[in-house]
Amino acid sequence: MSETMVAVYIFTLAGFIGYWVIWNVTPSLHTPLISLTNAISGVVIVGAIVMAGSGQVSRSTEIIGFLAVMLASINIFGGFVVTQRMLRMFKTRNQQEK
Amino acid sequence: MALSNDVVALFYLAAGILVILGLNRLSRPATARQGNYYAITGMVVAISVTLMQQDVTRYGFVIAGIVVGGIIGTLIALKIKMTAVPQLVALLHSFVGLAATLIAVGIFMEKSAAHQLSTVLAVELFIGAVIGAITFSGSLVAFAKLQALMPSKPLRFTGQHWVNLFLGLSLFGLGGYFLLTYSLGALVVIVGIAVLFGVLLIVPIGGPDMPVIVSMLNSYSGWAAAATGFTLGNHLLIMVGALVGFSGAILSYIMCRAMNRTLLNVVLGGFGGNNSSQDVNTTSNDRGFKSAAVEDATFMMENAERVIIVPGYGMAVAQAQQAVKELMEHLEAKGVDVKFAIHPVAGRMPGHMNVLLAEADIPYEKVYEMDVINSEFSQADIALVVGANDVTNPAAKDDESSPIYGMPILDVYKARQTFFIKRSMRPGYSGVDNQLFYRDNCSLIFGDAKDICQKMVSQYAMAA
Repeated sequence: MSETMVAVYIFTLAGFIGYWVIWNVTPSLHTPLISLTNAISGVVIVGAIVMAGSGQVSRSTEIIGFLAVMLASINIFGGFVVTQRMLRMFKTRNQQEK
Repeated sequence: MALSNDVVALFYLAAGILVILGLNRLSRPATARQGNYYAITGMVVAISVTLMQQDVTRYGFVIAGIVVGGIIGTLIALKIKMTAVPQLVALLHSFVGLAATLIAVGIFMEKSAAHQLSTVLAVELFIGAVIGAITFSGSLVAFAKLQALMPSKPLRFTGQHWVNLFLGLSLFGLGGYFLLTYSLGALVVIVGIAVLFGVLLIVPIGGPDMPVIVSMLNSYSGWAAAATGFTLGNHLLIMVGALVGFSGAILSYIMCRAMNRTLLNVVLGGFGGNNSSQDVNTTSNDRGFKSAAVEDATFMMENAERVIIVPGYGMAVAQAQQAVKELMEHLEAKGVDVKFAIHPVAGRMPGHMNVLLAEADIPYEKVYEMDVINSEFSQADIALVVGANDVTNPAAKDDESSPIYGMPILDVYKARQTFFIKRSMRPGYSGVDNQLFYRDNCSLIFGDAKDICQKMVSQYAMAA
């Protein structure tokens, strides 16, 4: 099996997991769900780090890599922080009285 | 310390599992915060092992990027108002899109210099760059509309669909040329056309359709990450990208279902271009509706047993959530049972109203989804509509000629009495007149949602 086919397998199976997990999320948490998935899609930073940090390539790809690292970081930090802020607000009556 | 590729892959697997567990924990409010911590841990693992990978030898640009981006992201996220979360999310989506596009171009330059390009890789780079660029510009337009930097109403011009078709076809034509020549110039032009395509895709979308569009762009940002994973042969990116892609796709589906429309219908523009809705307007405007004074509503509500409050985007615009919460407290002090009913597409993104009510310290067990609460309207004494409109229109149930016929609605009309806070008699987004206004058991209270709710609160406060 080629490298690409392995990738297709992983993509498909992860898609099924996503399908089941996401349908379970209660509608009241759909906004935090979007902001959290937003943060984790910042995982493209992994590709950007390799591009910015592997010393064997040209200056121009290093700079492209740097920009991508920065953009993905804004996403990761911004997404997680705003998700955390929102989730802290979801309280039951009992939790409010504490 | 340089980790071997297998060790890195093992940690990536762990990171992927942490992200999945995080999403799973997010399903209920009680465990949701844990879910966020799981996902954060997964991301920390992923970034840490990448930094320790053999290929990464120079840290200057990497650390600078993380620090600068981290500070910017954290500051924005701490400062943003909860009513503005939809535009923040749209902006962040555009950053993922831009990052994915930059990475695709960067990989192309690296591989091209090393003469390692293949047809498969070129196809993957083409897809990654195109999805990334559409996500980038489309999200930016969505951001501009949500932030009111440009009009939120649909912008259309004649021949728009033909222009889009032409752009789509030229993308594929240039894609073919790119595969044959491996030319950087072709890739750059492809990115440029995809950016334009993304703009034209979102420009004709009106504000109330934004829940669908925000979900759709969320999905695109996932596909962009997955495509990047394919080009890099990185399985963590593929896994996470697929999760995000499907998450957004499911949300788009739920939002479309809540409007009884297809995604294609939303994207190609449905309601606004419909002329028949104009006729409905003019004929029904002569019919009588009742208006009520604030005092009537406060009197009836305090003597009611059950009150259901229906918030909509108008509540967010008027920033009335705090006043609504005080209203709830006064009514509860008088022994009234108060519940909140939320339509799936209320607000500008899925779950928008829930966040605003939670921000106002309204306990989430009082807030009900449409499917759960609809059976309770018939036992409610009062339904109070604050800033919602189309989602309460009974024409969706009994008027087959109505453009919104078939759309699931909140059964507000079944309550014994409805008070409808409204600025004017102007119809909602769909352009359809709300049949509820002409029913005997509905009274309109004209004014700003926040003003009216505050007046109600002050009346109760004076009497107490």
